[in-house]
Amino acid sequence: MWDYTDKVKDHFLNPRNVGEVENPDGVAEVGSIACGGALRLTFKVDENNRITEAKFKTFGCASAIAAASALTEIIKGMTVEEAAKVTNQDIANYLGGLPQEKMHCSVLGREALEKAISHYKGAPLQMAPGNIVCECFGVTDLEIERAVEENNLATVEDVTNYTKAGGGCSSCHEAIEEIISRVRSRMESKPVSSPRLSNIQKIKMIEETIDREIRPSLKQDGGDIELIDVVGNRVIVATRGACASCQAANMTLKHFVEAKLKEFVWPELVVEEDSQ
Amino acid sequence: MKTVYLDNNATTRVAPEVVEAMLPYLTELYGNPSSMHSFGGQVGKKIRESREAVAALIGAHPDEILFTSCGTESDNAAIRSALTAHPGKRHVLTSRVEHPAVKAFCAHLASEGYRVTEVPVDGEGRLDMDFYRRSLTVDTAIVSLMWANNETGVIFPVEKAAEMARSKGILFHSDAVQAVGKIPIDMSRNSIDMLSLSGHKLHAPKGIGVLYVRRGTKFHPFLIGGHQEKGRRGGTENTPSIIALGKASELSLANMEEENTRVARLRDRLEQELLARIPGSRVNGDRSNRLPNTTNISFEFVEGESILLMMNEFGICASSGSACTSGSLQPSHVLRAMGVPFTMAHGSIRFSLSIYTTDEEIDFVIEKLPPIIELLRSMSPYWKTANPACATDSYSS
Repeated sequence: MWDYTDKVKDHFLNPRNVGEVENPDGVAEVGSIACGGALRLTFKVDENNRITEAKFKTFGCASAIAAASALTEIIKGMTVEEAAKVTNQDIANYLGGLPQEKMHCSVLGREALEKAISHYKGAPLQMAPGNIVCECFGVTDLEIERAVEENNLATVEDVTNYTKAGGGCSSCHEAIEEIISRVRSRMESKPVSSPRLSNIQKIKMIEETIDREIRPSLKQDGGDIELIDVVGNRVIVATRGACASCQAANMTLKHFVEAKLKEFVWPELVVEEDSQ
Repeated sequence: MKTVYLDNNATTRVAPEVVEAMLPYLTELYGNPSSMHSFGGQVGKKIRESREAVAALIGAHPDEILFTSCGTESDNAAIRSALTAHPGKRHVLTSRVEHPAVKAFCAHLASEGYRVTEVPVDGEGRLDMDFYRRSLTVDTAIVSLMWANNETGVIFPVEKAAEMARSKGILFHSDAVQAVGKIPIDMSRNSIDMLSLSGHKLHAPKGIGVLYVRRGTKFHPFLIGGHQEKGRRGGTENTPSIIALGKASELSLANMEEENTRVARLRDRLEQELLARIPGSRVNGDRSNRLPNTTNISFEFVEGESILLMMNEFGICASSGSACTSGSLQPSHVLRAMGVPFTMAHGSIRFSLSIYTTDEEIDFVIEKLPPIIELLRSMSPYWKTANPACATDSYSS
């Protein structure tokens, strides 16, 4: 039996705001019956951009009902801008926490809110579609990345708890692990607040990134890379070993080396091969 | 609050007579049955009597009864023994709807390099016998098929399947954990080589199981240790529980008729009333060939955990094949193997009765469940035929 807090039990047994708002300003439906959880959120907004009424309908377990009920209570009275900042963790916190295995219920709530807000703003949700990683539950790499980043997830089990990805046939576990390590290394090395880098800093970070993120992969294929110079945002490198004679080296520089440097050092960096 | 316990396929209440029978072995009669002194020896005598009682329940010889710690141990031991006995054979044949004690063990064997075939079932949970026949090969070391399914109660034709296996010289094991005590089983009239049963499913305590091993069947012990169980299962006997299982077996034999008449009628009434009162509901599994105590009903467009927790508020205990209750994210492998649609699988509830179930309890469930389903449907975005205005008015706070 799940260890639900009294607050979860209360919101499950006495859910607030069940139903549908008439002539809603924001509407969203997320999840599916196949996945075992779905949520329809509707809200009404007044002339001051404030959510005056929010209602839900849900198909799901006790924690899905409680999370949806909590979500409507949280956003009522908020401006749309305030509501846009509500996270899945806020929903879980409101309920005094959810069992780890049930965190995906709070994520479903956040997804519904996001979608309903963009519906209200008249813009269809501008989200890159991403690639499906988990076929069983139709979860994309972008959704997994986001959950890892926002909730500081570390294991496949965490990801399954938060997104359901990997909870079925488990054939995508390796892919999820790759995403986790990619996102986490990005999170750990991300310069938190350095809007400008000095050239020295930049060179140092480029070297570190090459050592940590780039060289090991190239070496696996018998190749190597050397940093020759950094001029502004131009990173000049020389390929070595197998890379030097490889037809695909240019592709590697653009899609791998440059992508990594953009990700870890500076988004405007451009990689060029040393012509000498 | 009174508990209405309709989850007897999960575990059963220990019968008061059983508690009474085992208590002395937890207190003053603590001797080791292997001891030379009569203080221990008297316990050994009681164990022999228990073995006879279990044998009588399934039509076996006492020397074919091995006491184990649980159904899972019995299942694991049976399959492993067959593989050890036939080192040249690398194929295991089982079904898609087995209990994890067999299913997960077979998956483990696959990782060891064995070839595992799972026989499919149809929409009613019936075994595909053609597929089964075709899957019996010269390489097959053992067949393991459950006698009755724990989730749906559907009974497999294991006796017929065992004959087919024997004609090809293949060992046959059956996980009969749900069947023993509920339907008559007579090992003297079939060709099943090994059979598992578990005490806590028939009103004995948890932590005691039995593996039946037919005379003449080569057996390689799973637990290697002392000479207990004639060297076929090492470890000091769980004396109080063995005594308990003996008593429970006697009671089961005596109650078999009631189980198949009164209990079956209660189950049928529960089922018929719920189906009649709740639209969009249906029974999962072959109704003509089921355990007398089990019904598995799906309620369309609602989720099982929510149903269970709302019933819990009234003290009603049952189970669900929904994803959320299992800790996994997918509905039960049994319902998926049967091809039960998702709209139905997530909202499946299993009621399993026992001889302790009363008319009043069934009436209580028939009264309480329909409004729960209605309430949850009023919240479900998928349930379109309900009148949302009425339903939510009575519910929102």
